[in-house]
Amino acid sequence: MREGGDRNDKWRGEDENSANVLNERRSLSDELPEADAQKVLISRSRRGFLLGGAAAIVGVFGWRWLPDETKVGFLQKIFRFNENLTSAFYRPTHLATEFSADNITRPARVNGMLGIESEVDLAVWRLNIGGIPGRASDLVLTMDDIRSLPRAEHITEFKCIEGWSTVVQWTGTRFSDLVAAFTPWKDPEEMPPYVSLATPDGGYFVGWDTPSIMHPQTLLVYEMNGEVLTSNHGAPLRLASPTKYGIKQLKRIGRIDFMNERPEDYWANEGYDWYSGL
Amino acid sequence: MSARVEEKHRAPIRWMHWVNFPLLAMMMWSGLLIYWANPVYALRLFGHEVFYFFPQGFYSFLGIPYRLAEGMQLHFFFMWLFAANGVAYVAFLIFSGEYRSLIPTFGSFGRAFRVALYELHISKKKPPQGKYNDAQRIVYTLVILMGAGSIVTGVAIYKPLQASFFTSLLGGYEWARWEHFWLMILFAAFFCVHVVQVVLAGWKNFQSMITGVEVVAAEESSK
Repeated sequence: MREGGDRNDKWRGEDENSANVLNERRSLSDELPEADAQKVLISRSRRGFLLGGAAAIVGVFGWRWLPDETKVGFLQKIFRFNENLTSAFYRPTHLATEFSADNITRPARVNGMLGIESEVDLAVWRLNIGGIPGRASDLVLTMDDIRSLPRAEHITEFKCIEGWSTVVQWTGTRFSDLVAAFTPWKDPEEMPPYVSLATPDGGYFVGWDTPSIMHPQTLLVYEMNGEVLTSNHGAPLRLASPTKYGIKQLKRIGRIDFMNERPEDYWANEGYDWYSGL
Repeated sequence: MSARVEEKHRAPIRWMHWVNFPLLAMMMWSGLLIYWANPVYALRLFGHEVFYFFPQGFYSFLGIPYRLAEGMQLHFFFMWLFAANGVAYVAFLIFSGEYRSLIPTFGSFGRAFRVALYELHISKKKPPQGKYNDAQRIVYTLVILMGAGSIVTGVAIYKPLQASFFTSLLGGYEWARWEHFWLMILFAAFFCVHVVQVVLAGWKNFQSMITGVEVVAAEESSK
């Protein structure tokens, strides 16, 4: 339709018109009898509306026609795609910003009692660790064993998958220090790719990828905001890490297993992203 | 009577414009499913809460409650299509030269004011324009920037540790979520105004976004 020639390329208003300032082209056909111009419009309309209508119908009804399982299965694959892509950008050197003690949220928000509804008997509590090479049975640790590991502490932003966040002071020992002290592995690369954690009653269980749990700010926590961890917050020992949402930061850890298969995860079973990495 | 056929909107522009409609709708819908889990924002003027986002009736009417997981599934899929469409659109604008129709110039800001006066029937004189008037140039360019803002604030919330550069730049995690939310409100507001303007502009204008062409009377074609 550009055979109209250049005489129509300028818009009115000279430099008073942004179109002329920016040299916007105008594409007009030669003069046609009105009926011929309408014919062009009608044929273009028919094509455009049919194509557009068909695309809209296929889109809307196609989406509705697809069974829910197919959609959810597909969207779960997208979670995996996102995980593969974003975990490639994961660096243990990316550290969460630390806050000053004035920023600590008080009182600390309590959220989620899964797996810790019952009272905990601190006298009989033990941490059972499975999947360590060269061991026939679980490694069983007491709180004294864990307290003897190097202390670590940070004040960071805790993020809930619901969308809220609070600032918390976490004190404990690095998960990586537990690995260094009680396993033969010298490097995260040598380790199985997954770690499973569960409450003593098995009521709540989470799966972690090894790089995230070996992050220097992933702690096994026994003190929170300067005080001994309370039952609501996961006494005697919980996980805390800025690499994941709160759903992964298991309270009252009873078991840890190093695994080659991707562990089951309570909230992933409910349709949430298994990785949930931040 | 003679007429001319004006090629107004090129096919890629039309496709990307219409594809954006369901994509933005899905982003907003899934975003609401997510927002419901922590609905903390309100419109406040002079310290008074004017409107709380959102009243309970809004959620129950739309069937939003307890669908956080589904919201995240949808949001983290459609984000790719939304971003890809936006990037393709901007790339096309640049490489085809179509940006010349769309971006504002220094003079646009004054003329946009005159466009408003004209559209409100206060002034009778229509300011000169190309395909779009200067108010449209400013608003359509802002909408593109809002799209970019949604992506950047989205990344800042999605990966606040691994992409902490963006999160800090935006004032931290809490601010990034607030900004992401308000960009959504701005998109919704733009959508409403856009639809009203399209209705006022009439059928021929709407048709041209589907066919790409508009028939103009020969004597008007030198506007």
